[in-house]
Amino acid sequence: MTMKNFSRILTATLFTAFTSVGVADAAGGKAKKLEHQHWHFSGPFGKFDQDAMQRGYQVYETVCSNCHGLEYLSFRHLGQKGGPFYLDKCPAGIPDNIDCSNPNDNPVVKAIAANYKFQVTDGPDDSGDMFQRPALPSDRFPGPFANEQIARLANNNALPPDLSLITKARHSGPDYLYALLTGYEDTPDTVEIAAGQYYNPYFPGDMTQNMKPEFMDHGHAIEGVDVPLGGVLSMAPPLSDGMIEYTDGSPMTVEQYSKDVTEFLMWAAEPKMEARKSLGVVSLIYLVILAGLLYWSCRKVWSNVDH
Amino acid sequence: MSHPSTYTPGSGFERWLDKRLPIVRFGADFMGFPTPKNLNYWWTFGAILTVCLVIQIVTGVILAMHYTPHTSMAFASVEHIMRDVNYGWLMRYVHANGASMFFLAVYIHMFRGLYYGSYKAPREIVWMLGVVIYLLMMATAFMGYVLPWGQMSYWGATVITNLFSAIPLIGDDIRTLLWGGFSVDNPTLNRFFSLHYLLPFAIFGVVVLHIWAFHTSGNNNPSGVEIKDVKKDAIPFHPYYTIKDGFAIVVFLILFAAFVFFNPNALGHADNYVEANPLVTPPSIVPEWYYLPFYAILRAITFDIFFIPAKLGGVLAMFGSILILFVLPWLDTSKVRSMRYRPVARLWFILFVIACIALGYLGGKPAEGVYVMWAQICTAYYFGFFLIILPLLGLLETPKPLPRSIAEAVLKKKDGGGAEVPAHAAPAE
Repeated sequence: MTMKNFSRILTATLFTAFTSVGVADAAGGKAKKLEHQHWHFSGPFGKFDQDAMQRGYQVYETVCSNCHGLEYLSFRHLGQKGGPFYLDKCPAGIPDNIDCSNPNDNPVVKAIAANYKFQVTDGPDDSGDMFQRPALPSDRFPGPFANEQIARLANNNALPPDLSLITKARHSGPDYLYALLTGYEDTPDTVEIAAGQYYNPYFPGDMTQNMKPEFMDHGHAIEGVDVPLGGVLSMAPPLSDGMIEYTDGSPMTVEQYSKDVTEFLMWAAEPKMEARKSLGVVSLIYLVILAGLLYWSCRKVWSNVDH
Repeated sequence: MSHPSTYTPGSGFERWLDKRLPIVRFGADFMGFPTPKNLNYWWTFGAILTVCLVIQIVTGVILAMHYTPHTSMAFASVEHIMRDVNYGWLMRYVHANGASMFFLAVYIHMFRGLYYGSYKAPREIVWMLGVVIYLLMMATAFMGYVLPWGQMSYWGATVITNLFSAIPLIGDDIRTLLWGGFSVDNPTLNRFFSLHYLLPFAIFGVVVLHIWAFHTSGNNNPSGVEIKDVKKDAIPFHPYYTIKDGFAIVVFLILFAAFVFFNPNALGHADNYVEANPLVTPPSIVPEWYYLPFYAILRAITFDIFFIPAKLGGVLAMFGSILILFVLPWLDTSKVRSMRYRPVARLWFILFVIACIALGYLGGKPAEGVYVMWAQICTAYYFGFFLIILPLLGLLETPKPLPRSIAEAVLKKKDGGGAEVPAHAAPAE
């Protein structure tokens, strides 16, 4: 075998090793296969759609925020470059000396913080007491629950996860989130679910333990009956058609709400994505040109040597 | 350095300095080191690895300025880096993907050494220092992965530290020492952070020894034949290999950048974006891809061997699979270095590479059924390759005729012909 062939084989095998890594975590839940959605932010040139993020924020604020926090986000993040409420220039009626591209002076962000449904606990004040005050752009998003215990008490002993990183904390996060939000189904006839629990074919779990006894035989489903895919969760279907009023004419459907809130939450998890990709394009162009120059320099330097 | 110095101080200052601290002489001789002229692109990974180490140290030092090693703040401080530190996202993604790139490069570098017999006399120390570097890399990367204090950090640390408890008599004490207490907790995180900062500098020191060692023995080369005539067989390192390594480094950086900028989480695990929770075990605990072959070997030993319980057996097999590399120079009995001239050994080598990759695949699969069986077969082959095949092949195999010199090997490659001598006439020293 020539060196060339050997190189080719080694490259191929290493490449296989490198790419097979993705398979590493296929074990576990028997949930329904995710359908791949089209996202504005996918691909090397993908960007967030600002209108979709704004609608998504509206969905989060109206619905999700009642149970789920965004603990790693501050209000000011909403107005930074690439964020849902970033402003290039101030809207009419704002004094000239204000720079609205600065998130702390962004009037939309200030209003969102000041009117947020939860207030910020501050203090102690001069008399030694903690107090509640409206949020400022510099504040983190106040969460719905003071602590884990009270969150569980309010949610059938389940803990609603924080959503700051949810799209990165699940495999194929955006597709999963969309599938979960739109995928609630009626409980199949073969299973029994406790009150306050909801069936979703995309939620990781094992429905075997929920099978009605008449469909089971020694821990396995009887002939002709399949254990349903997915699992049960404590979150009731959170969205319904028309529940949130969109002002831009976008369809007010569960699908649209789910898409928008996923767009917003993907931004929340990866707020520097646009900066990253644009720096990536510049870096790659630079590296490819540099590689070309080095390659020709290399040829020139080596041209007088037999090797 | 092993070659006579060719440096002549040019100016009065250089002559003055040369009598006191001959650092310019050192640099000049280093750059002029006579290097075989037939090194192929597999030889560029040494330079690539140096770049990887420097990138990891630079980004790591900056990350440490913003990171908080405390169980209640570590995860949040990583998010602070990602969201609020200027270019913090870049530093973190370069550092996290840099670990994978470092291991990718080191594996290619090691397979290259295996294929071309770079571990054979007089380069045993070069090779053994390389194995030390690799062990230090594994320890460093493991402790680094714990620092973000995600679910996989915590549970990975729990699984790996528990392995040490399988060691008879002192195992539990070692584990307590690693933990700094009685479970993975804040003291563990603190000592891992401290060591994660320290070990890269230890790696740097061993890299200096590694380079010193092969500057004493000289580089191996694809023909495996030593330099006979420096004028005909060798060229100065600079400019020939600075430019060639430079080109390879930039090509490698293109792959690196593609991950960092366009798929920075592809090699990570989603569970590590969930903060560590000692009360919730993730459905599957999977190490980073570069540990998977060893994880497969660990889990392949599902049976007791005489008085050795399966758990200890797995741990011994896992550590043994790396430690065996230390004695490789004495296990391989062949007089011929390069597998270019060992057609039979080459086939076994390719099978060895396949077994390693298969182990990597199996390490990511649940330890059940057919996966365990295949892991056992590949583990047996892994050890068999070093303990049976290499010692026997050297005695049984008839190598192809070796070229008389590097220059001849080059000419032969160019013309597709040329004089050859039987292997025994030109044994590798």
